[in-house]
Amino acid sequence: MENKDQSQGILWEVFIQGNPGIPHKHAGSLHAPDAEMALQAARDVYTRRSEGISIWVVPAANITASSPEDNGSFFEPSNDKPYRHPTFYKVPEGVKYL
Amino acid sequence: MNALETAKFELCLRLGDSALIIGHRLSEWCGHAPILEEDIALTNVALDFVGLSRNLLSYAAQIQNEGKTEDDMAYLRDVVLYRNTLITEQPNGDFAFTMTRQFFYDAFTYFYYKELCNSHDLTLKGIAEKAVKEIDYHLRHSTEWMYRLGDGTTESHQRTQDAVDELWMYTGDMFASDENYQLLVENNIGPAMEKIKEQWSIKVNEVLERATLKIPSATFMQSGSLKGFHTEHLGFLLAEMQHIPRSYPNSTW
Repeated sequence: MENKDQSQGILWEVFIQGNPGIPHKHAGSLHAPDAEMALQAARDVYTRRSEGISIWVVPAANITASSPEDNGSFFEPSNDKPYRHPTFYKVPEGVKYL
Repeated sequence: MNALETAKFELCLRLGDSALIIGHRLSEWCGHAPILEEDIALTNVALDFVGLSRNLLSYAAQIQNEGKTEDDMAYLRDVVLYRNTLITEQPNGDFAFTMTRQFFYDAFTYFYYKELCNSHDLTLKGIAEKAVKEIDYHLRHSTEWMYRLGDGTTESHQRTQDAVDELWMYTGDMFASDENYQLLVENNIGPAMEKIKEQWSIKVNEVLERATLKIPSATFMQSGSLKGFHTEHLGFLLAEMQHIPRSYPNSTW
């Protein structure tokens, strides 16, 4: 069978929330023709071992990503600013998922 | 077994064999589905059905009380002793055929197991309660495919309509009833088939209409699974499924 891009639907990125209150995390990607089928495929591919309680699917084309060439101006300026790290605070006991 | 036990035993075989056979059919897609995502989806559903059949066949063996196991039930019975409904044994055909078969049977299990949750037999009730969430998803999945295939391209529409036309005559057998089953209805163990058929028809009409598919006008229905009469396909399926346990009895790995 031919494996043209279109024959598999468009590319979706999948985000799974593992537990209540914590952020959705990128789990991977998949192909599907539309949102409902993407959601179902995400359920089948990424939550079959009880990994999640909530799923987001986003068309990969709708994600705007920074490019590697921007790394210098985007990320390096923070390298010499240790005071931005919250290492001077005590984390209260019992706080999870930090 | 007394009359009621016999009736329960027959129901467990009917539901358990149907789950096993359609699970096996779906498992035949493993590694062959049109896209990777659907390959995983179909095998997930296959596993749900095989799991369901294990519960039902174990219970059948328990009712029979001859010291048999779920494996004996699955692997050591011949075609005429199988009670799965005819639609479940139909070969996969193309993807549209498989999905249409799945949709027809999912719609049946959806309404049937929901009602079975009210069974006065606590084991069947428990099995049904565990199954309904899985079945909910199965129906959602096959329904969405019916919309997309039926109301998709000219080719997908034609293939799905052909599948509906070809499979329609096997749908009646799902609702078959006999003296055994009537006894279960009277004892509030199994739901009346008329009610399930009514709910099923409404759902199927609704989905096929939205999928721009037509229900065939021919009304001839195949039947016979309650007596062990099957289409020619089941024997080949069992030959493949039972080959290892029959060739190497009691082997373990």
